[in-house]
Amino acid sequence: MGAGNVPGRHPEREIDMPTFRFPSDRGALVAAARLLLILSLLLPLGLTGARAGALDDAAALFAADSFSDTAKAIDLVAGADAPHADAILEALADRRLFVSADKKLVFKDKAGAAIDALTGKKLAAEPAGLASVRINNRLRSAINNAVGQMTLQSPDAAKRHAAALAVYKSRDAASEDGLRAASRVEKDAGIKTVQQLALAAIIATAPGKPDIDRLTAIEVLKDQGDRDALTPLNLVPAEAGQGVKDAAKAAVAEINNRLALWSGVQNAWYGVSLGSVLLLAAIGLAITFGVMGIINMAHGEMVMIGAYVTFVIQEVIRQNYPGLFDYSLALAIPASFVVAGVIGIAIERLVIRHLYGRPLETLLATWGISLILQQAVRTIFGPTNREVGAPSFMSGSFKLGLLDITYGRVWIVVFALAVFLAVLALLRFTPMGLQMRAVTQNRRMAASMGIRTARIDALTFGLGSGIAGLAGVALSQIDNVSPNLGQSYIIDSFMVVVFGGVGNLWGTLVAALSLGIANKFLEPFAGAVLGKIALLVFIILFIQKRPRGLFALKGRAIES
Amino acid sequence: MLTNRFLAMLDARGRIFLGVILAAIVLVPILNLVVPTGSSLHVPTWLVSLMGKYLCYAILALALDLVWGYAGILSLGHGAFFALGGYAMGMYLMRQIGARGVYANPILPDFMVFLNWKELPWFWHGFDMFPFAMLMVLLAPGLLAFVFGWFAFRSRVTGVYLSIITQALTYAMLLAFFRNDMGFGGNNGLTDFKDILGYPVQSDMTRLVLFLLTLLALALCYILARAIVTSKAGKVLVAVRDAESRTRFLGFRVEHYKLFVFTLSAMMAGLAGALYVPQVGIINPSEFQPGNSIEVVIWVAVGGRGTLVGAAIGAILVNLAKTTFTTGALAPYWLFALGALFVLTTLYMPKGVIGTFAEWREKRREKAVLAANASTTPAE
Repeated sequence: MGAGNVPGRHPEREIDMPTFRFPSDRGALVAAARLLLILSLLLPLGLTGARAGALDDAAALFAADSFSDTAKAIDLVAGADAPHADAILEALADRRLFVSADKKLVFKDKAGAAIDALTGKKLAAEPAGLASVRINNRLRSAINNAVGQMTLQSPDAAKRHAAALAVYKSRDAASEDGLRAASRVEKDAGIKTVQQLALAAIIATAPGKPDIDRLTAIEVLKDQGDRDALTPLNLVPAEAGQGVKDAAKAAVAEINNRLALWSGVQNAWYGVSLGSVLLLAAIGLAITFGVMGIINMAHGEMVMIGAYVTFVIQEVIRQNYPGLFDYSLALAIPASFVVAGVIGIAIERLVIRHLYGRPLETLLATWGISLILQQAVRTIFGPTNREVGAPSFMSGSFKLGLLDITYGRVWIVVFALAVFLAVLALLRFTPMGLQMRAVTQNRRMAASMGIRTARIDALTFGLGSGIAGLAGVALSQIDNVSPNLGQSYIIDSFMVVVFGGVGNLWGTLVAALSLGIANKFLEPFAGAVLGKIALLVFIILFIQKRPRGLFALKGRAIES
Repeated sequence: MLTNRFLAMLDARGRIFLGVILAAIVLVPILNLVVPTGSSLHVPTWLVSLMGKYLCYAILALALDLVWGYAGILSLGHGAFFALGGYAMGMYLMRQIGARGVYANPILPDFMVFLNWKELPWFWHGFDMFPFAMLMVLLAPGLLAFVFGWFAFRSRVTGVYLSIITQALTYAMLLAFFRNDMGFGGNNGLTDFKDILGYPVQSDMTRLVLFLLTLLALALCYILARAIVTSKAGKVLVAVRDAESRTRFLGFRVEHYKLFVFTLSAMMAGLAGALYVPQVGIINPSEFQPGNSIEVVIWVAVGGRGTLVGAAIGAILVNLAKTTFTTGALAPYWLFALGALFVLTTLYMPKGVIGTFAEWREKRREKAVLAANASTTPAE
């Protein structure tokens, strides 16, 4: 059966290779005989038998060990439609397909276990005299095509999608009928679109198509195409009419426009994503700087500690309760907040308390603390990067238009905004927030009104450090967890705080997002490093114009 | 008359400091060259080089003390000026290699040949001439400081804001110098120097001379700094440090004083860098690291802010400790020690070694006076 229709699909190959006749014909005979036999014995299994027949022929062809026979056999296997046919082809591509001494076809799975290619069942023992089936580059592409065609109608949606995509890229005219058939029965709209695109790509580029079909195809490509649609549009054959060529040109222009737009959207999204990381890292700093007027150089180390808390919690869960792995971050969030917060309060009580009114000395002391914390973590956990895994809901991505968005990034943006809103609410609606705002605006007046400013300072520092710890949880998902983690963020966070202005969280938000977005928009033009330098220079100049940042507190309380 | 004025400018501390430097200028060459190698008094050349390195740091610390101790400008970017001076010197030394490089190109340094550059970038021209290179050692950092300071001081950026943007400055320079396209050797920086003014950089004699020059430079920088802080302008600077707004209201153009001292200090830092590079044999972008600049601040703080001599002593002390720590079994604990040094100095020794010592002597003298008074005036 298979032997009958497969050569028909590729008549030109048949003519090239007359020697093919013999094994092929014999194979067809054998197949027919088997079919009859099995049909008469067991009807329900008949179909399987037929497929096995195609595989039998393929086995004989593979055994011949000539590239042309192997090409034939590949088509046979593809037509056989056996459940493990793709496994056979995959094995062939990986040179894991063998012919044994008694001409049986055997392949090995990736683990190295021998499998009978006819039945797809594992063999107890590896047959003797295995000879690997040789392939060359032409066969490799034949294998890819065959796998592509075979999977066009696979019951697995992901495989179907991949197969349609493969045809879209290869524009193999041989797949046209297969695609049409697949598209007719396709239920999934997304896959159907890809199939239509693939079909359009074939029609637009294959020779001998009528202009009217080409125009429709170009229309399809223009409306739905992405970067991959540019290639078929540029490959419209010379034989096509002028109208088709013009349409293709117009379509290319439109797609390029759309791509430019989407790349803008993509930069904006990356910028928001970077901005949310900056925001997380800077909120805590903004609070301590705003309320206490000190620069906490150990802030980055609080972020680092938060990341390490996440790591420790994940390790504990991984070893003791592997089922809870997805909840590890949920546990890490309060834990890192508390750990970093407590360390922050300890630092405030032990060191910073004694240095009020001397902001520059505080800067030095906290730098010293940051060195100690870094070295402590290096001593405990080692200097190398630690692996923090992503829970299942954070891995993977989805497509928005032409944009691939990873869930991890989305969650970090959400998390950053949630933390921002929570801090805003805390400052706005709680007594502690009220007192903190009072101290920010006028410390001595607040003290006169009975606010215990020392206590507020300690709590503020704890809060700022705790938020840095939360930033660490998020950063553990996108950055290397190493003792140097904090240092790479500290200067950026300073820039955000200084740019945004002190004592105003909205300033921090605006500064973080605008710096993030500006950074990502500069990158394509100037490169990552020059873009960053440009931003640093911009901020240095900006400070000259507005020494107190974008959103400065008004009044004379800030004159220090 | 001039000598009198000169001596009047120095306090006791300064006289001792210059005396020690003078003694070192005389003694070290004798101990290095005349005293036989086996003797316990012999100073080996590696030690001379190491001390030379410390002395460069001392000049850098002195420069920082001038702006931080006297004008209240906490610069976290002095490492950038130091490195710029070093790069200017490094460029001269690179040009001196000539055709002796690996690729034997008489004009282009090796890294440019490696990057497939065809001709010398414009900013490398002239660096084959020593006087021009020396001019650049002072001008490059000076110009950067002048432009930066001109903007910053005019718009009254002060305190931690200024510190942060100086840090941003050195960070931006770090990123820039890491780029190969900048034409400064990228990541690897400038190295493989052969000779300076015709003398081989590696030879013992050159090292000794460089050490002596560094000593001399330290002495001259000290005298210059001392001259500034004892002058009328120095008094204004102290006033700026202690009450900037009041000084401004009194009619002083605060930004001019600050700009002057900042630029001068940057030039000093550049000079230190220029002396540093031939002695260590390499300059690369890591010198721009913000951490390095902050470390300079702690040298000054340890020695004693606003004492000049203290800054130099602090630089030597801390680096001596660093060398001892990091070459022994205690190496992993160095950062703990350095961190603790930051914290403890700011907490318990805000005046540094010199200041604390002076305070202690003052107290003892007071006690002695009290005791003397008590003994001379027995119970009435």
